Amino acid sequence: MSSPAVVLPGDALPLSLPSTSSAAAPIALGPGVLHVVDKRTAGTGARGETVVAVRAGVLGYLAGKGVKREQQQEGGVEMQGAGAEKEKEKEKGKARAGERWWIEGNGKRYLPALGESVIGIISARHAEGYRVDIASSSHASLDALAFEGATKRNKPNLKVGTLVYARVSLAHKDMETELECVNPNTGKGEGFGELKEGFLLEGLSLGLCRNLLRPTSPILDRLSALLDFPFELATGTNGRVWVKAAEARETIVLARCLARADAEGLAGLDKGWVEGLGV
Amino acid sequence: MPREADVNLSSKAFVTSALAQGLRVDGRSPLELRELAISFGRELGNVTIRLGKTTVLAHTSISLAAPSPERPYEGTLAVHTELSPMASPFHDQIGRASDEEVLLTRMVDKAIRRSGAVDREALCIVAGEKVWALTLTLHFLTDDGNLLDAAVLASILSLKHFRRPDVTVVGSEVTVHTEDERVPVPLAIHYTPICITFAFFESIPQPILDPTHLETQLATSFLNLALTPQRELLVVSKTGGSPLEGDEVMCCVGWAVERVREVNERIEKALKEDLQKRVLEVR
Repeated sequence: MSSPAVVLPGDALPLSLPSTSSAAAPIALGPGVLHVVDKRTAGTGARGETVVAVRAGVLGYLAGKGVKREQQQEGGVEMQGAGAEKEKEKEKGKARAGERWWIEGNGKRYLPALGESVIGIISARHAEGYRVDIASSSHASLDALAFEGATKRNKPNLKVGTLVYARVSLAHKDMETELECVNPNTGKGEGFGELKEGFLLEGLSLGLCRNLLRPTSPILDRLSALLDFPFELATGTNGRVWVKAAEARETIVLARCLARADAEGLAGLDKGWVEGLGV
Repeated sequence: MPREADVNLSSKAFVTSALAQGLRVDGRSPLELRELAISFGRELGNVTIRLGKTTVLAHTSISLAAPSPERPYEGTLAVHTELSPMASPFHDQIGRASDEEVLLTRMVDKAIRRSGAVDREALCIVAGEKVWALTLTLHFLTDDGNLLDAAVLASILSLKHFRRPDVTVVGSEVTVHTEDERVPVPLAIHYTPICITFAFFESIPQPILDPTHLETQLATSFLNLALTPQRELLVVSKTGGSPLEGDEVMCCVGWAVERVREVNERIEKALKEDLQKRVLEVR
């Protein structure tokens, strides 16, 4: 079991790319990993390709489906010389289907990415839609018709300052980010739309939000175990969490727990501290 | 120029309804200060004050100068404050003072300089010729509300922590001793001004003390009180906002006296502990 590899932006990653000629299944390069093709050598046979990290963090690796269970290591990677892998590549070709590489890092600056769910604050209304502040470098646009059951005559009427839970439908570094509050295929809201009442926590680290969005989130489980009142929580990948409980007192406790989890991690949410909050 | 957007509607409704029940979002009671952290730098007079997340750094320096002709027996104290985007992205350009910055600078000036806390006559070396010129510089590192209280605390602590070089005057010959020759001497400070800020909200009778950034955005008026631990009122500042009754102000003064006493105990303790760690003697 090797120790997790920490990489910095610009580091070349030691993974061998499947050659174009073999029938190898594509490997997935996730967030923070960039495939760089050197255009000068393309077409001359010797392809100058490298895989480079563009974020700082721990390198995450998930082996392909063909690899035996014992050999799979999630969250760690073995640094092997590219040469050693080349011979085994052909046999491994099929085994590498579903192989994934990504960078796990933490930070507070959100970069919009396609498909992510974010919490936005409406900052302006236009005829065609809304301008939404999603805590990134520029505002995003939300079409007035991108809601469940919205027609030209029946558009939702959201005021400036309203909170919305939306999905990023277009994210490109040269274009304005676009959001939608509906699943375009089914036409259903699926939880997106206006968030009423409650309280918004901003400026949380992106790592905490990713933790909360996992199918089984350790922090959310701990909160359910420690807090004995029902609550509602919506997490945006842009560092914002909306919380709501029946009483103001309870909402405040929940907000403080999340702030503490952000500052001190799961360990900060111990029973003694939570009970000291006086709920 | 990023203009700060208003608070979102959900949080606004929530914070005001919680305040009506006497609850604050960070769990404090209405008249409770945030956690105060005091740290001293390597140089004497270098102090960082943290009030919750709000962070202010104060630094005192001194130089020889000629006195002003109107006041030949007094030294001078200049307070420099500059609010830069380092504190928060909404204090946009350095050099262009927003309303908030002007109020902040004026209050710090009134509380620290114009109140006469630092004895300027004691800074005189040779009357009419040479005096000490003190410069207090404030750096606002993080703005999470209530920069003023943190700034005043940092300022007075910096001045109390600072030591100036000792001076011998023979006739009109002035010898400034270095640290190796003579122990540096503290400044003559009469009292410790401490500022307490109250925030008022519409239709909520109970004001809160030491507002965070979110509470500052939602408040309808503010009252800044600068007092000494000896129960003397130095500055009362209420700039705009909704009107206050006279007895409301007196109530606030009463609460402020309590808080100032507690804060003064903390800063005296911190000063004593720090000076014990330093070697201020000549061998």
